[in-house]
Amino acid sequence: MDITVNILLTIATAATPLLIAAIGELVVERSGVLNLGVEGMMIMGAVGGFGAGYLTGSPWIGLLAAIVVGALFSLLFAVMTLSLATNQVATGLSLTLLGLGLSGMIGTSFVGQPGVRLPNLDIPGLSSIPVVGKLIFGQDPLFYVSIALTAAVMWFLFRTRTGLTLRSIGDSHASAHALGIKVIHYRYLAVIFGGACAGLAGGHLSLVYTPQWVENMSAGRGWIALALVVFASWRPWRVLAGAYIFGAVWIGQLHAQAFGIPVPSQFLSSLPYLATIVVLVLISRNKRLTMMNTPASLGQPFVPDR
Amino acid sequence: MSANHDRANLLEVRGLTKIFGTLTACNHIDLNIAKGEIHALLGENGAGKSTLVKMLFGSLEPNSGEIFWNGQAVRITSPGVAKKLGIGMVFQHFSLFEALTAAENIALSLNDGSPISTIAAKARALSYSYGLPLDPESLVGDLSVGERQRIEIIRCLLQTPQLIILDEPTSVLTPQEADKLFETLERLRAEGKSILYISHRLEEVKRICDRATVLRHGKVVGHCNPRQETAASLARMMVGNEVKAVVRAPAEGIETAPALLEIRGLTRKPATPFAVPLKNINLAVRAGEVIGIAGVAGNGQGEFFESVSGEVLQQDSGSVRIRGKDAGALSITGRRLMGAAFVPEERLGHGAAPRMKLSENLLLSRHATDGKSFVGSGGMVKNASVYSAAQRIIAAMDVRKSAADPEAAALSGGNLQKFIVGRELDRKPSVMVVNQPTWGVDAGAAAHIRQALIELARSGSAVLVISQDLDELFELSDAIAVMHNGELSAPLPIAEATFERIGLLMGGAEPGHAEHSMETA
Repeated sequence: MDITVNILLTIATAATPLLIAAIGELVVERSGVLNLGVEGMMIMGAVGGFGAGYLTGSPWIGLLAAIVVGALFSLLFAVMTLSLATNQVATGLSLTLLGLGLSGMIGTSFVGQPGVRLPNLDIPGLSSIPVVGKLIFGQDPLFYVSIALTAAVMWFLFRTRTGLTLRSIGDSHASAHALGIKVIHYRYLAVIFGGACAGLAGGHLSLVYTPQWVENMSAGRGWIALALVVFASWRPWRVLAGAYIFGAVWIGQLHAQAFGIPVPSQFLSSLPYLATIVVLVLISRNKRLTMMNTPASLGQPFVPDR
Repeated sequence: MSANHDRANLLEVRGLTKIFGTLTACNHIDLNIAKGEIHALLGENGAGKSTLVKMLFGSLEPNSGEIFWNGQAVRITSPGVAKKLGIGMVFQHFSLFEALTAAENIALSLNDGSPISTIAAKARALSYSYGLPLDPESLVGDLSVGERQRIEIIRCLLQTPQLIILDEPTSVLTPQEADKLFETLERLRAEGKSILYISHRLEEVKRICDRATVLRHGKVVGHCNPRQETAASLARMMVGNEVKAVVRAPAEGIETAPALLEIRGLTRKPATPFAVPLKNINLAVRAGEVIGIAGVAGNGQGEFFESVSGEVLQQDSGSVRIRGKDAGALSITGRRLMGAAFVPEERLGHGAAPRMKLSENLLLSRHATDGKSFVGSGGMVKNASVYSAAQRIIAAMDVRKSAADPEAAALSGGNLQKFIVGRELDRKPSVMVVNQPTWGVDAGAAAHIRQALIELARSGSAVLVISQDLDELFELSDAIAVMHNGELSAPLPIAEATFERIGLLMGGAEPGHAEHSMETA
C-alpha cells in the first residue's frame, strides 16, 4: 500500500512542473503568441529560485524569485516580438538558448551547494489519515497551486469577458484591433503570465523536486510543456491529463527499469513521450473542437496599420 | 478654419488626407453628415471609400485634416474612441472571430459586462424585430457571408450608436431582407440617428438616401441629392464616364447543344452540425448558356459549390459530370484538367492567398492546367512567363493596383475579384462555375465581370453562376434555378422568370419547398 502511495506521490511531483509551465504557455498561445522560450524561462526560474533560496535560507523567497525571474525573462521576449514585431519562433528559440547559457553562468557558484526545500503540506490529523491523507493533504504546496491554476485558467478563459477577449485576439488580431481591443497590451500581459508560470515551474525543480542546482536541470521539460499545449488542443483540462499521463508513464518506466524488465531502456525512456502523444491525439480527434480551439493567429506578428 | 461648422451637423470632416507611400488614397476630403440623415458614400473600388471610413472609425490615422463631432474637434485615434463618441460600424469583412459564437462576437464589442446569455437573448430579440433572424449560439466559422453580415449589423445596433457606418450592407440579402433593412434604417433615422451608407447599388441609394457624396480617385467629385439623380447620372459621377450596360446576346441553338456540366442526383450529408444537406440536386448546363442559381444566404449554395468544384468529393462519381465524363471522384485539379474552372465566394483566403503576389496566386491555381507554360524541366517555375501571364490578366480585366505585382491582400475587393475571375477566364475554360461573382464589387467592375462571363458562354462554354444578387442573375442568366434548404428548383427560362416568382421560390413558398429554414417575415 505504501509503495502505491509513494508512486502516486512521485507521479504528482513529476507532473506538477510540466503542468504549471504548460498552463502558462497555454494562456500565451491562446492570445496568439508562440513563445518557444519556455525551457529558457524555466531554467532561469530554477537558478533564480535556487539562488534566492540558498542566499536567504527561505524557500518561499526562492519561490518568489523564481516567479519574478521568469516574468522578467519573458518581458524580454515580449518587447522583441510584440513591440519590435520580430519573428516569434526565432526569438523564442534564442530565449531558450540564452536562458540555458545564462543560467549556467549564474549558477557556477551554486553547483554542489545544499539547497533549501519547500516543506510539504502537513495538516495535523488530516495528513496522517492512511493512504488518502498523504495524497490529498500532504503534498508540496505547488501541487495544490498547479491544480488551482488549471481551474483558474479554465474559468478565466471560458467564463470571463477578459478571457473571451484574450481568445478573440488569438483567433484574429486584425478583427480584435478593428473592434478597438488593445491587442499588444493583452499579449504583453499573457506573455508575462506565461513567463511567471515557467519561472514557477523552474522553481519547483530546484526547490521541491531536487533541491539543488545542476546545470540544464530542466532537462527538456519546457519542450514537453510546449508539446502538451499543442497536443491538448489548447484546452486546460487536457493539459492536466497530458501532464499526468506523462508523469505516470515516466515514473512507471523508471520503476520498470529498476525492476530489470528485459526491454531496452531506450525504448522505455521514450514511452512517456509516445504515450502522451497517443492519448492526446486520441482525445483530440474531433476536428470541429480542434478548429474551435486552435488560435488561428498563432505565431503571426501583429503590426497595426496606421 | 473651424469657425463655420453647423450645429446641426453630427459629423463634419475638413480636408482629410491619407497618403500610403506614393498613393494619395484620400485627398482633402470634405464631408458633412447631419443629424437624422442617411448619407450615401459612392465611389468605385479604389476611390478611397474604405480608407475614409477607416479614418472615421479610428482604424487609420489621417495625415492631415480635421474631424468635428457635434461641433467639437476630435481626434479619433482608435476604434475604441470612435465607439465612445457613438460611431458604430458594420464592416464588409475582417471583423468577426470564426472560432467564437455569434453571441460571443457580439459580447466582445459591447463593454457592458453583462453575461453572454443576456446578450444572446437581446441579440436574438433584436435580430427578429429587424427581420434579420440570427442564432446567437452558432459558430461564425460555420456561417455564410450573409449570415455573418447579420451578426455585424445586430452587433452594431446593440451598441446604440448615433452614427452608423454601413459598408455594402445589402449585397448578400434577398430583396425582402433588404426591404426589412431599409425599414430598419428609416426607423433609425426617425429616431434621430445618422447613417453613412456605402453601396454600389444605385437604385437603393436613390431609394433611401437623403444626400450623397461621390468620391473618385481619392477626391470628392460632388455632393448631390440622389433622389433627383438617375442611376445612370450617379454612375457617371462615380466612374467619370458612362458605365457600359451589360449586353446579353440571345443564345442560339442551346436546346441541341451538349450539356458540358451535369449534376445528377447530388446528395450530401451535412458536414458540420450547422451545415445544410444537399437533397437530390439535378441540373444540366449546356454549351453556350449561363444558368443562375438564386437563393438566400445559407441555403446550401456553399455546400453545392464545394461539391461541384471538387473541394468535397462525391461518393457517386456520376453525380457530377464534366463534358460527358464522371468527375465526382476527382479533386479540384482533376476537374480543372477536364476543362472546368471555379471561382469561390471568399476572395481572400479561398480564392486567393492574401500574402502572396498576384503572379504566385496565378501559379497556385493553374500550375497543373498550364504546366507546360508555367513549369519548366525539373519542376522549376518559369517566373517570367507566370509574371507576363499575370500582367496579361491584369490588363484584360483592368485591375487597378499600387505595384506591378502586389500581394492579393493589397488590392481592393473589386479589383482582386476582377483578377480572380480573369485568372480563370484567361484559360478559356469550357465549364465555369462562379460563386458570388460580384459581391462587394462596384458597378463598373461588376459590369465588366458579368459581360466577360456572358461572352465566355456565347463562345461555347457552360457557365454556372451562384449569386444572392437577383439583379445580377437577371442581367446575365439564360435561366434561373433557386436553391432553398438544400433543394434546387428546375431552372426557369429568363423570359418566364420575374422577381416575384424567384422571390417566392427563395422563400420556399412552392410545393416541395414547404419547410421554412429562414423566415424572412
